[in-house]
Amino acid sequence: MAQASPQSSKAALAIRDLAKCFERPAVDGLTLRVRAGEFYTLLGPNGAGKTTTLRMATGLLKPDRGTISVFGIDVLADPVGAKQIMAWLSDEPMIYDRLTPLEYLYFVAGLWGVDNDTADARARDLIGWLGLAAYAQERCEGLSKGTRQKVALAGALVHEPRLIILDEPFTGLDAASARVVKNVLRERVAQGCSVVMTTHILEVAERMADRIGVMCDGRLVAEGTLDDLRHQAGAGHATLEDTFLTLVNTEAARGPIAA
Amino acid sequence: MIRAGTAAWFAQHETRLAWRDLAWLLSGGRRRRGYAVMLGLAAFVVFMHGFAYLTLAPAADFAAPPDTRLLVAIGGTLLLYGSLMLSQAMEAVTRAFYARGDLDLILSSSASAERLFAVRIGTMAVGIAAMSLGLAAPAINVLAWLGGAHWLAAYGVVMAMAMAAVAVSVMLTIGLFRAIGAKRTRLVAQIVAAVIGASFVIGVQLVAILSVGSLSRTVLFQSETITNHAPDRDSWWWLPVDAAMGEGLALIVVLAVGAIVLAGAVRFCAPRFAELALAAGGVSHSPARSNGRAANFHPKSPGQALRRKEWLLLLRDPWLMSQSLMQLLYLLPPFFLLSRMFYEEGPSAALLVPVLIMAAGQLAGGLAWLAISGEDAPDLIASAPVTAARVWRAKAEAVAGGIGIVFSPIVFGLAIIDPVLGLITVCGIGVAGISATVIQFWFRAQVKRSLFRRRHVSSRIATFAEALSSIIWASAGGIAVISLWFAILPGAVALAVLAGAWMLSPKRQ
Repeated sequence: MAQASPQSSKAALAIRDLAKCFERPAVDGLTLRVRAGEFYTLLGPNGAGKTTTLRMATGLLKPDRGTISVFGIDVLADPVGAKQIMAWLSDEPMIYDRLTPLEYLYFVAGLWGVDNDTADARARDLIGWLGLAAYAQERCEGLSKGTRQKVALAGALVHEPRLIILDEPFTGLDAASARVVKNVLRERVAQGCSVVMTTHILEVAERMADRIGVMCDGRLVAEGTLDDLRHQAGAGHATLEDTFLTLVNTEAARGPIAA
Repeated sequence: MIRAGTAAWFAQHETRLAWRDLAWLLSGGRRRRGYAVMLGLAAFVVFMHGFAYLTLAPAADFAAPPDTRLLVAIGGTLLLYGSLMLSQAMEAVTRAFYARGDLDLILSSSASAERLFAVRIGTMAVGIAAMSLGLAAPAINVLAWLGGAHWLAAYGVVMAMAMAAVAVSVMLTIGLFRAIGAKRTRLVAQIVAAVIGASFVIGVQLVAILSVGSLSRTVLFQSETITNHAPDRDSWWWLPVDAAMGEGLALIVVLAVGAIVLAGAVRFCAPRFAELALAAGGVSHSPARSNGRAANFHPKSPGQALRRKEWLLLLRDPWLMSQSLMQLLYLLPPFFLLSRMFYEEGPSAALLVPVLIMAAGQLAGGLAWLAISGEDAPDLIASAPVTAARVWRAKAEAVAGGIGIVFSPIVFGLAIIDPVLGLITVCGIGVAGISATVIQFWFRAQVKRSLFRRRHVSSRIATFAEALSSIIWASAGGIAVISLWFAILPGAVALAVLAGAWMLSPKRQ
């Protein structure tokens, strides 16, 4: 497991009393704190509120209540300032079919105000690291799901964010692509970047995360290292899967939150 | 209970899908709008019948034996209608090949693909016929009211034309597949559909400009130039016209020809559909096109990045270009009229100004939809450190740039002839473009770019407001050529339309 390497006293992501209600509460009074240089994984069953939480953290969705800050910058008060230092990657890679991967990276760099020379160097580095060199000049329309996901990841990294937020980044990736993505993320964390990620692949969470948060019905029901979670679940030396299911089932037995 | 895998079973499946598609089109994808949809439809039917009556009643005596002028007018209208049907049919056939939908499921099953495609071709004919009959019904009903029940035979002619249009489209598309391959057929078929749809209208207008100096096809159909060159009364060219007017034998012949051509197309083309659908499917899975000029895509600011991205995506999407082509094709007649005005004293320029303003409004609406609602990476844009205002400004600038490129040459030519006329046109194009763009902004909805063809369905109010504002600004431009003061009234109405659209627009976060 990677070691957290705090660079700043400010939390990479600080969420306090966050709430969002659609037809029923999706997130209900969530409070969590991700340290600088930490790899934080958010687990939870479908509909637990993970994606809604992350979309609010990245400024894509307005919360009904609560505060969110990224390295001390209030996301709601200064969204542009907060977005400047973070990146968002969703499970469905949203890229432009008619642009090439290289053009896509230049476009993203342009949006984040990265100068041309820097953008060019970073884009070519990322293309190389992610094994995209063969596709660099081809339009994205013909690329496979895994390759598109790697292009989207390169886009998330091209402006060198201090906080990367990823929603199910391994969905649909083959083993080789998944390994490349894991390596890139580990490398970024080693360089001091913070990562917050949701996943349903418990093995990924177990191997990569410094700390794991478990959400259920819009609330954080457990948080900590794998040992902390086992302790909270009273699960001894159980696997993360057993621990996770114990935590979620215990929460589910208490019943859903009132609408 | 229908046995699975039979033609009847496939027909039931296709009918269910077609019905739900129609319901979606009418309701805009929203549930529980049955009464509203029915009320809207009823109002539309009444309006169209009123419009048809006001247009047809003073035009001729439809109860009397037809003269050559009436025959030419009916023949020309049928030809015009046929070209539109052919265009629609080509669209439908191309969609059947390239929109994957259930093709993978069907082709991977043990059911007879040939049987399904035979049914599918038949369903297309029914769909085109239903749409065409729906549009033609007010005119036919009014003709029957004014001239007698024998005019109801025109329904049969429209059905025969729909069958023939689908048959020709299927054979044309298969011919294109054979001639230029699956990859190019998609683009070429779309362009051919657009050109066929517009060509007759444009052709008639061009002939009208040359012969009678007018954009009006009604004037052309009734001119001596045409009636003098019309075929003899006993020519078989008049068969569809005679059928439309209720001559029994002619109607039977026309219906039989339509049915035979369609049956032939089904018999000949259905077995080839599966093979061609597989080839078309291979196009979307084939390696992407290579671009060697990526290094030129170096934006200097977020705004520039957004503008360049919009233009680049549009330039690289031939399908979207062909969809916009229809609107631009209609600019050819005014362009031709303009060139004629250079050399001789032609008709009033008041005709030209509204056409340009109207076309600009429509094109701006399409481009604005692509830039605003057809954004393929909304999360990326929303998570970028750029204010929403800056994003919208860049997108509006991209639309303005597109309009500028298309209309600058023609407006420049107009300004050389008459600077005041040029200025009025520039102002008209500007306000019509801005109006269409803001309406698209107020009614924005996140939709896939590929759904451009159906953009009118997502909001009836937006579609109506966009068309209405373009028409009113166009008329304001036309009136401004005669008197600037009189143009204030339609200008105020156009602003009222915008205000109404704004009030009806959905609340935004």
